[in-house]
Amino acid sequence: MVGVVLVSHSAGLAAEAMALALGIAGPDAPVAAAGGTSDNGLGTSIDRVEAAVRSVDQGHGVVLIPDLGSSVLTARLLEEEERIVVADVPFVEGAIAAAVAAGAGSSLAEVLEAAEESRAFRKL
Amino acid sequence: MDTDLFVAWFEETARLVREERDRLTRLDAAIGDADHGTNLDRGLTEVCKALADSAPESAAEVLTTAGTTLIRRVGGASGPLYGSVFRQMGKALLTPVTLAGFSAAFEAGVVAVERLGKAALGDKTMVDALAPASRALALAVRDGVSVQEALDQAARAAAEGAKATIPMQARKGRASYLGERSIGHEDPGAASAVLFMTALATVAG
Repeated sequence: MVGVVLVSHSAGLAAEAMALALGIAGPDAPVAAAGGTSDNGLGTSIDRVEAAVRSVDQGHGVVLIPDLGSSVLTARLLEEEERIVVADVPFVEGAIAAAVAAGAGSSLAEVLEAAEESRAFRKL
Repeated sequence: MDTDLFVAWFEETARLVREERDRLTRLDAAIGDADHGTNLDRGLTEVCKALADSAPESAAEVLTTAGTTLIRRVGGASGPLYGSVFRQMGKALLTPVTLAGFSAAFEAGVVAVERLGKAALGDKTMVDALAPASRALALAVRDGVSVQEALDQAARAAAEGAKATIPMQARKGRASYLGERSIGHEDPGAASAVLFMTALATVAG
């Protein structure tokens, strides 16, 4: 399965978004959270993001879903063609869409597409 | 331009950033999230430690060590941004380091941060100080001036570039959410870029 990593400025937000995504996608979806700095402040730790990538990487690719600012910049530094890609999507909606697609066994391109569809998803 | 000069560059920048930490944080408090001074101070302290521990053998190694350390240790947006500048500069720098070689590597570093942040001149970011500094270096190489004169000109161009961010409306980062309210404040990233350039001119003298 494709891995999904949620990169947020906040450790709490990343962990709760992961819990929500797993709640909807099912517990087997390979989703990991990478939130906050290494001293538990608000910000991004590339070490945490790399560890999260390793934890969900099953060899079929990993989609990184950052919230904003340093999370986006850090995620982009880890991009590897056809292997680690950054999704430019709303954090929560994108996380859920990607987790559901990944849990269903979709390919890297399909998981990315599912996440990107959440950008145009209307609630009303 | 030898290896020691590049180590001294980061030591002097670390000293300047510590001295100016509160001013950077005040600038960032006006339009950002008030962490730029503290984050950069912490990152550069780590850079100095890493350089002391690793005893780099070339200028390129100094730059890549500094870049990687900033990426790993800053936590805010300035980490990946400055980290990319120096990592790319280190990759592009040839030994022995001439002014022309440094100028070309510097430009490669600026292009890397423009790409990563998708920022251009006029967006009210560090690019508004770094790109004019890069252009000043290229012109200095063309005119055949001394290393010291070239670095002085680059520092002046960075300072003018940072000052020019005051009337700009931010188009990147947290400040962009403020719209017109971002006008009238110097960009903190441009202000810290001036400190890097000033430090380089100082240690070359």
